[in-house]
Amino acid sequence: MKKHLLSIDDVTADDIAALFETAAEMHDVQRREVKKLPALRGRTVINLFFEDSTRTRSSFEIAGKWLSADVINLSAKGSSTSKGESLRDTVLTVTAMGIDGLVMRHSASGAAHQVAQWLDIPVINAGDGTHEHPTQALLDAYTLVRHLGSLEGKHVAIIGDLTHSRVFRSNIKSLAKLGARVTVVAPPTLMPSGVGPWSAEAGFATSYDLDGVLAGDNGPVDAVMMLRVQKERMSGGYFPTAREYTVGYGLTRGRLAMLQPGTPILHPGPMNRGLEISPDAADAADSLILDQVSAGVAVRMAVLYHLLAGEEAVQ
Amino acid sequence: MTSLLIKGASLLGTTTADVLVEDGVIRFVGRASGDEGIETPDTTVDADGLVLLPGLVDLHTHLREPGREDAETVRTGSAAAAAGGYTSVLAMANTNPVTDTAEAAERVYDLGRAAGLVDVQPVGAVTKGLEGHELAELGLMARSRAQVRVFSDDGKCVGDARVMRRALEYVKAFGGVISQHSQDPSLAPHASCCHEGPISGELGLPGWPGVAEEVIVARDVMLARHTGSRVHVAHVSTAGSVEVVRWAKSQAEKDGHWQVTAEVTPHHLLLTTDLLRGYDPTFKVNPPLRPQEDVEALRTALADGTIDAVATDHAPHARHDKEHAFVDAAFGMLGLETALSVVATVMGERMDWSRIAEVMSVNPARIAGLDAHGRAIAVGEPANLALIDPSASYVVDRDASLSLSRNNPWHGRTVTGQVVGTWLRGQRTFGS
Repeated sequence: MKKHLLSIDDVTADDIAALFETAAEMHDVQRREVKKLPALRGRTVINLFFEDSTRTRSSFEIAGKWLSADVINLSAKGSSTSKGESLRDTVLTVTAMGIDGLVMRHSASGAAHQVAQWLDIPVINAGDGTHEHPTQALLDAYTLVRHLGSLEGKHVAIIGDLTHSRVFRSNIKSLAKLGARVTVVAPPTLMPSGVGPWSAEAGFATSYDLDGVLAGDNGPVDAVMMLRVQKERMSGGYFPTAREYTVGYGLTRGRLAMLQPGTPILHPGPMNRGLEISPDAADAADSLILDQVSAGVAVRMAVLYHLLAGEEAVQ
Repeated sequence: MTSLLIKGASLLGTTTADVLVEDGVIRFVGRASGDEGIETPDTTVDADGLVLLPGLVDLHTHLREPGREDAETVRTGSAAAAAGGYTSVLAMANTNPVTDTAEAAERVYDLGRAAGLVDVQPVGAVTKGLEGHELAELGLMARSRAQVRVFSDDGKCVGDARVMRRALEYVKAFGGVISQHSQDPSLAPHASCCHEGPISGELGLPGWPGVAEEVIVARDVMLARHTGSRVHVAHVSTAGSVEVVRWAKSQAEKDGHWQVTAEVTPHHLLLTTDLLRGYDPTFKVNPPLRPQEDVEALRTALADGTIDAVATDHAPHARHDKEHAFVDAAFGMLGLETALSVVATVMGERMDWSRIAEVMSVNPARIAGLDAHGRAIAVGEPANLALIDPSASYVVDRDASLSLSRNNPWHGRTVTGQVVGTWLRGQRTFGS
């Protein structure tokens, strides 16, 4: 496995299998009364968050703590560029305190990638702008694998604000590595620029027609992944009203009925109930949204373990 | 009296001749037989195998003084320019304070004359503070000692069509030209930092679509025609803009009462948007690096004369201003020292040395109204000259730069065609 986890590009299908194997063991630990493992005892991890986050930061924090690492949360929002400090100076300062791993979120695409070039310690990308969120994609895939078995040949529909989604950008890569077929659905204004050549090269399908996709126009759908749509996008003219968005692209009660029973429903959270996902769908028996959250801790434990414990320990 | 003899240079890559310079003026061009009254020149340069061009003229340089003397000064920028074969550069107005008054323009002009390495010609702002609302004191800058003729809000677009119209009209009184940074601010707002296309989509970077340039170029050429004025399109970066300029030139030629000219940067002639995959802010520039199709269109347009000039958009930045996350890092890259080498390397098969001299010296001097530059290498002309070794290949080393900054996108690249000497009015400003 590579030193850093900046993008799904950094892991092979074999790496993902190894991570999932470890994650399954970690998942069992979550159910124990005493949850701590000694694997990272004496190691220090910093969660450096330049952008607000509740769930991802807590998930990494719990993951680190259950592996007995010392975990420090540092919110750097508004503390670097606004004070005139360069990103390089900020991360060099923080890591000079003597830490073993950096978990980093930043509102700018590529930030983790840049930081990794300046540091000797492993860097884990916890979300960089609208670029990637690799641990989210790994936990999504892990959740799907647990419910569907192998993803080879399975058809996953990803629906929502693709332009601004790092979850989509990581998932498109991880699902491809696991052999799944993907169709992404969005109104034209929320399709990423240049998606035509990109999708042709990366091998995913695109559609503006959610009803057609759910009806099987592109083959039966085995899982749906809804993406958050930020209401502020309306001011950018991406779509006229929330109600129009829901009618076109929401997982409404009516569309829920179009899914085969047992079709997993995923959402990375936080949800806008009533906008991209109806309460009926969010709370449906086939909704795996809370499973994703618990899988998130297990998968992040696996990532921390593989990147920080050292190769010998992992063997 | 001081004298200089440049022996055996190939003038513009065509005829081989000796050039005698006395007191900054060319006194003799030809094969010296000994009867020309050349007793013993103070200096003799053996230029066998070298190409002599008129000193280069850069329509688009950022010298950062006043305001950011940590990134570049008029003196260091002038030294970098001389090393690139330039004898005159136009210093953009987006300094701090902005060059939007006669006093500010004269200050830059004087700093340039004091440095004495190239003729620094200030560009005046079109609008006060580059804010796009009220015209700056265009007439006073034109009447000042600096005799400003080129006006630009470069870095920002004059987005308001009414303001642009008035500026174009107003500068007619003194033969001025508006150099426009074409970027529709609503289609490509400030955060836009990557050509909008498959790569911006994949990298999740805010896209800067080519159409944001093209709509402004199209609007401005129509305004220039309507007002009977002169517009210059700075750093053209897309095939669509080239088409618009090509059409506009054909119209202007028929109409006869207005003019459009255009420049391209060396980086837009070679570097492409693929370089952004590593998120290295060295390659962050405005307008952004475009795909190969645009690069090809720009090369063709430069070769066929649709684009009049190569201009560097030399934009030095302190290291810490580039060590931010990509979207937060400063826009711009160095260009003065490498421009001729890049153009010779990229365009060498399609343009001979006299064409290169046209786009890097003659045309820019004409656009900027600089009478003493871009002249023929002939008796009676000022000795503003650049000597090139056309076969020398070298690897660009950012640490060897005379600029104060190191944001050099050419670092590590091999280029062919090296400046070995520069003279400003007969005084050697680069080379030994």
